[in-house]
Amino acid sequence: MAKLESSLKNMILSLFLISLVMSAALGIVYTITKEPIKLSDKKAEIDALKNVLPAFDNDPTKDAKEIEGLTYYIGRQSGKIAGYAIKTFTDKGFAGHFELMVGILPDGSITKIAVLSQKETPGLGDKMTTNWKDQFNGKNPKDFKLQVKKDGGDVDAITASTISSRAFCDATQKAYDGFIKNYATKENKGGPRE
Amino acid sequence: MSNLKYLTNGFFKENPTFVLVLGTCPTLAVTTAASNGIGMGAATTFVLVFSNLFISLLKNFIPDKVRIAAFIVIIATFVTIVDLVMKAYTPDLYKTLGIFIPLIVVNCIILGRAEAFAQKNAVLPSILDGLGMGIGFTLALTIIGSFRELLGNGSIFDIKLVSENAKTILIFVLPPGAFLTYGYLIAVMNRIKARIK
Amino acid sequence: MEFIKIIILAIIVNNVVLAQFLGICPFLGVSNKVSTSLGMGAAVVFVMALANFVTYFIQYYILLPLHIEFMQTICFIFIIAFLVQIVEIILKKSAPSLYQALGIYLPLITTNCAVLGIAILAVQKEFNLIESVIYAAATAVGFTIAMVLLAGLREQMETTRVPKGMRGFPVSMITAGLLSLAFMGFAGLVK
Repeated sequence: MAKLESSLKNMILSLFLISLVMSAALGIVYTITKEPIKLSDKKAEIDALKNVLPAFDNDPTKDAKEIEGLTYYIGRQSGKIAGYAIKTFTDKGFAGHFELMVGILPDGSITKIAVLSQKETPGLGDKMTTNWKDQFNGKNPKDFKLQVKKDGGDVDAITASTISSRAFCDATQKAYDGFIKNYATKENKGGPRE
Repeated sequence: MSNLKYLTNGFFKENPTFVLVLGTCPTLAVTTAASNGIGMGAATTFVLVFSNLFISLLKNFIPDKVRIAAFIVIIATFVTIVDLVMKAYTPDLYKTLGIFIPLIVVNCIILGRAEAFAQKNAVLPSILDGLGMGIGFTLALTIIGSFRELLGNGSIFDIKLVSENAKTILIFVLPPGAFLTYGYLIAVMNRIKARIK
Repeated sequence: MEFIKIIILAIIVNNVVLAQFLGICPFLGVSNKVSTSLGMGAAVVFVMALANFVTYFIQYYILLPLHIEFMQTICFIFIIAFLVQIVEIILKKSAPSLYQALGIYLPLITTNCAVLGIAILAVQKEFNLIESVIYAAATAVGFTIAMVLLAGLREQMETTRVPKGMRGFPVSMITAGLLSLAFMGFAGLVK
């Protein structure tokens, strides 16, 4: 069977039909995968929240608030606020943008930090996902300066990864500043930002 | 060529990465670890097989003048399918491969095989050709990925083979290392081929 | 200034070819002569700037409002193919010698992963229209610089003896690797 000749009518018809069929197929796959995609996104969020928040019995994703690019989650236990989780980011990483989830207790101290996504250099900057970040646990930025020691702060930078370490501090500082601005009360207000 | 030959052609003789030198962008970008190589290879193979299949199926229905546009629509559809499926079921791999998943659509291997093979051959050989090229690509990516991961990170498939504080040749998991590894491996392949002749 | 930052990041710090691995095929294919590299680079600057311009509207006025973001890949690559076709026609009429020199690499701009890649990245980075076009143009300039550098080196290497197995791609790759290494020195340039 010979190929369809390249007349204008044939070209338009052929292209149109192919596009139609393909788009339809795509639409079907889209509807099938829509729910699983939402679920897997939500699971990643909840996993991170469980990681950094103290025990909670509500669903913090239900009334998560986005303010100035950061997302705030409140974990409650039996109605009382157990802690805050803040999805923060930085663009100053070695490979650019990466995201953290910082857990903060009502008194301003950091519970734990989870790395949500990063593309830093394997073996160098990506060491931020190891127990290097445990040095932040329990520290209150009121007294623990969120900068690498080289810059006068209290944070031990990752060896040979100052840029990644600085970016990590930047993201964490953002989260803390956001907490102070939006959720801190008179009792638990942290110290002034450097 | 017997049908089996269509399949194995892409493994070594016309390996897309080492012989045809096609699809260089993902080859350099995702091979920071062996597992990434396999993931990308699998996704690309899926697109290769299905686009070859459909293009071969429709080859007499696509007028010559619009063939590139038609190929692109078909290939882009399957790339988007792979993208959605990975986003839903393999989110970690999806995040690691990042922008290179949609970029499969401009992977010269796929358009190249569509143009050179699928539009001139029957459906079964086209499927086999796509599969063979895909497997060859996956093999190549995994080899390069293993090299870079081993030398640059001391591990293979995330299994650490050296002690925690051992010094590794970091450059291999960084951009320059990608170029170097690829260049040297092609040179090695050239030698192997010259010997075989 | 935000724009200066985008430009420096795109050209030097995150050079599209040497750091992000986009556009490798034409990078290797056209960089055997400095003059052809410059011509290709100019064509790519034009196509990429235009592509980002058009895809901005497609993304924010069609895809997003209709909730069909998943059609992004198909729509974008279609637009790019169309734009390249137009550039081909223009070049054939106004600069036939360049058209000849670029040969098959001109239509291959369509499959230049940098064009599609940067269009998608601009959306991911949530650039506005002006930022997106500047980003694309700067990236393409970075692409041109990298190509011209490699071309200069390769023209020199024409006169040297290269081991047989290394001729062609291997030695080009290794040279590119060294270029990439040099550009790594720019990391951390912009805070």
